[in-house]
Amino acid sequence: MNITFTDEELAFRDEVRTFFRDEIPAGIAQKRRLSVPLEPEDFISFQKALYRKGWAGFNWPVEYGGTGWTTVQKYIFGVEMAEANAPGIITFGLGMVGPVIYTFGSEEQKQRFLPDILESNVWWCQGYSEPGSGSDLASLKMRAELADDHYVVNGTKTWTTLGQWADWIFCLVRTSTDVARRQEGISFLLIDMKTPGVTVTPIITIEGDHEINEVHFENVKVPVENLVGEEGKGWTYGKVLLQHERTGTARVAVTNYRLSKLRQQAARSVRGADPLANDRNFMRKLAAVEVELKALEFTELRTLAAVASGKAPGPESSILKLKGTELQQAVDELYVEAAGYYALPYVPSQYALDFPENDRVGEGSETQSSLNYFNFRKASIYGGSNEIQKNIIAKHVLGL
Amino acid sequence: MLVESVEKFIANDYSFERRQQYAASDAGYSPDVWATFADLGWTAVPFAEDDGGFDGGPVELMVMMQQFGRGLIVEPYLANIVLAGGVLRRTASDAQKTKWLQPLISGELQAALAVTEPQSRYELANIETTATKGDDAWIINGRKGVVLNGGNAGLLIIPARTSGLSTDRDGITLFAVGGMAGGVTRKVYPTVDGHQAAEIVLQDVHVESNAVLGTLGEAYAVLDAVVDEATLAVCAEAVGIMQVLTDKTVEYSKSREQFGVPIGSFQALQHRMVDMLTACEQSYSLLLWAAMANADQTGDAKRAISAIKYQVGTTGKKVGQEAVQIHGGMGVSWDVDIAHYFKRLTTIGQMFGNADWHLDKLAQ
Repeated sequence: MNITFTDEELAFRDEVRTFFRDEIPAGIAQKRRLSVPLEPEDFISFQKALYRKGWAGFNWPVEYGGTGWTTVQKYIFGVEMAEANAPGIITFGLGMVGPVIYTFGSEEQKQRFLPDILESNVWWCQGYSEPGSGSDLASLKMRAELADDHYVVNGTKTWTTLGQWADWIFCLVRTSTDVARRQEGISFLLIDMKTPGVTVTPIITIEGDHEINEVHFENVKVPVENLVGEEGKGWTYGKVLLQHERTGTARVAVTNYRLSKLRQQAARSVRGADPLANDRNFMRKLAAVEVELKALEFTELRTLAAVASGKAPGPESSILKLKGTELQQAVDELYVEAAGYYALPYVPSQYALDFPENDRVGEGSETQSSLNYFNFRKASIYGGSNEIQKNIIAKHVLGL
Repeated sequence: MLVESVEKFIANDYSFERRQQYAASDAGYSPDVWATFADLGWTAVPFAEDDGGFDGGPVELMVMMQQFGRGLIVEPYLANIVLAGGVLRRTASDAQKTKWLQPLISGELQAALAVTEPQSRYELANIETTATKGDDAWIINGRKGVVLNGGNAGLLIIPARTSGLSTDRDGITLFAVGGMAGGVTRKVYPTVDGHQAAEIVLQDVHVESNAVLGTLGEAYAVLDAVVDEATLAVCAEAVGIMQVLTDKTVEYSKSREQFGVPIGSFQALQHRMVDMLTACEQSYSLLLWAAMANADQTGDAKRAISAIKYQVGTTGKKVGQEAVQIHGGMGVSWDVDIAHYFKRLTTIGQMFGNADWHLDKLAQ
């Protein structure tokens, strides 16, 4: 593994840096700077800017309109995107269903769905978990019964992130109960959210936001051509996707960025207080997280290198998810500690463009520290809880 | 008995659903519930019999607050009775008691003690607010931050510097300021744990000399004692919360099935719930020590306060995180009480000195 960049890579880095400096739409950059929440159209306009540059499919092969980037290029892209405080890429289309469709989908499906995913014309969401099926995903019950040229779908998906904004949902559904292993009765189905019988109910999360949903399906008719790959093979496809998700949720670059910002914050006086840099206890904790994060950064590079040499992300992606979420949460905790009493005020309305920055309670975005901390407790729960990641590592890596 | 009466009230009259309604109301608590607290005598517990109280000490405070934690009570007992009441109990003259303490005990007056300033973090002597003597009044200028119950308070107790530099222990004086007094600007907001607080700006606030509580320039010792008591109070509340979270998590793990069995049958989770229980027991032990040491004013009373706050700060955080994690998606849902217990544990961790702050005191 080479950790010094070549001249070409350095030139690439400059290009990416310039892009993020100049091409993030101005309104979005301002919202990011002021910690103002983004609207769906902001995410779309950012992703469309990436598309125009030819970078939306940063993780995709060239033949499907992707960049075909090397591991190092993808790494540089991720780092620069985080360092520019760019909005995240909504992963459900570009990161999840897109790769499933180009890997397992039919020619017709590729032509029908991939261009709109690349161009961010269609917002996707993920239908995996159900009220009774969380960590034990294979126990899922949502039924899809074949009737002539369509499936009739009945059931409920839950924890559906940003489902309230989604046009389409990809679902794991049960097409057969008459199988030796329950995984074999699961299929991968693409469903238009506008189909009659689909309803979305909000779930408010711990910090008070509406980010996730329950999606109910009542006699929803789904054309049979929306089945990806073979009936009964959905579990295999879904697992590949989850491994991609787990690699993505390491968020090392973003955590790095947030940690470096915290170090900068600690160096100065906030609200006239003594700088936290003088608090040895705090700085030792910060340094300890930095050490762990550096290690994870190299673990991620090693995983990426393995993927580059032609291997699919394997069980080691579980280590990335596990450690990545732990460190993300550790940084959230440090932000809460840094805010002290100013972790208490609940003042979301002051994070609006028309709210005078100087009238805010607390300095900068410190009153959001606790909300981030609360919200990101989900990170060790979603994408297969960290307990499940440990089971995977124990079974498939250690052979226990 | 006090503990039974609080326990009964929470079981019968203080459901989680009601709590959420009270928290979401304008005042952030239920005035009716507060009136009930006064009727039942709970607002009188720590005060002297001569003042209409019950002479309750740290042990009574502990048992009540532990129950308040179990019920996740949003009524401002800490701000009114422990903080503001703690100051009045120690400093108020007879006239001041009539004016402020009696209505506080009867539940008619809401009060707040402005312990912190934006820059002060956990250092009680870090006070930049000043009070200067004019011809016939004191003139107060400064800012107070995250003042618990500051928005509802008809009485604001304002520590201000009457002499000395901004971190000196000498030269701090306490003033009783009306919430609506001229020159007082309050920005009121809910806190993430369902309570309320305020940022307060004092600009040329005039008060007469009878607004001085206690001895001029010698308020540090009062603040220190009151904040110790408040620290004990929130630690008791935290222990109550930790116990509820542990009980509810164990209960949930017995009913929630995955892989065809209750998740509580997994050893990996069992061991972690044992750790939660251990944390509760250890914390409760330290809490008892702290309450008794402070009741008897033994030499290690202050150390005991720091010990329990450190314990609650570290293992309380762990218990809260584990409760959420083992509840999975339910643990991060607004409609499930677990999330709200966890949030209150988190804010308690940031009040009156965090775990590091108190470990430093113990290490000295």
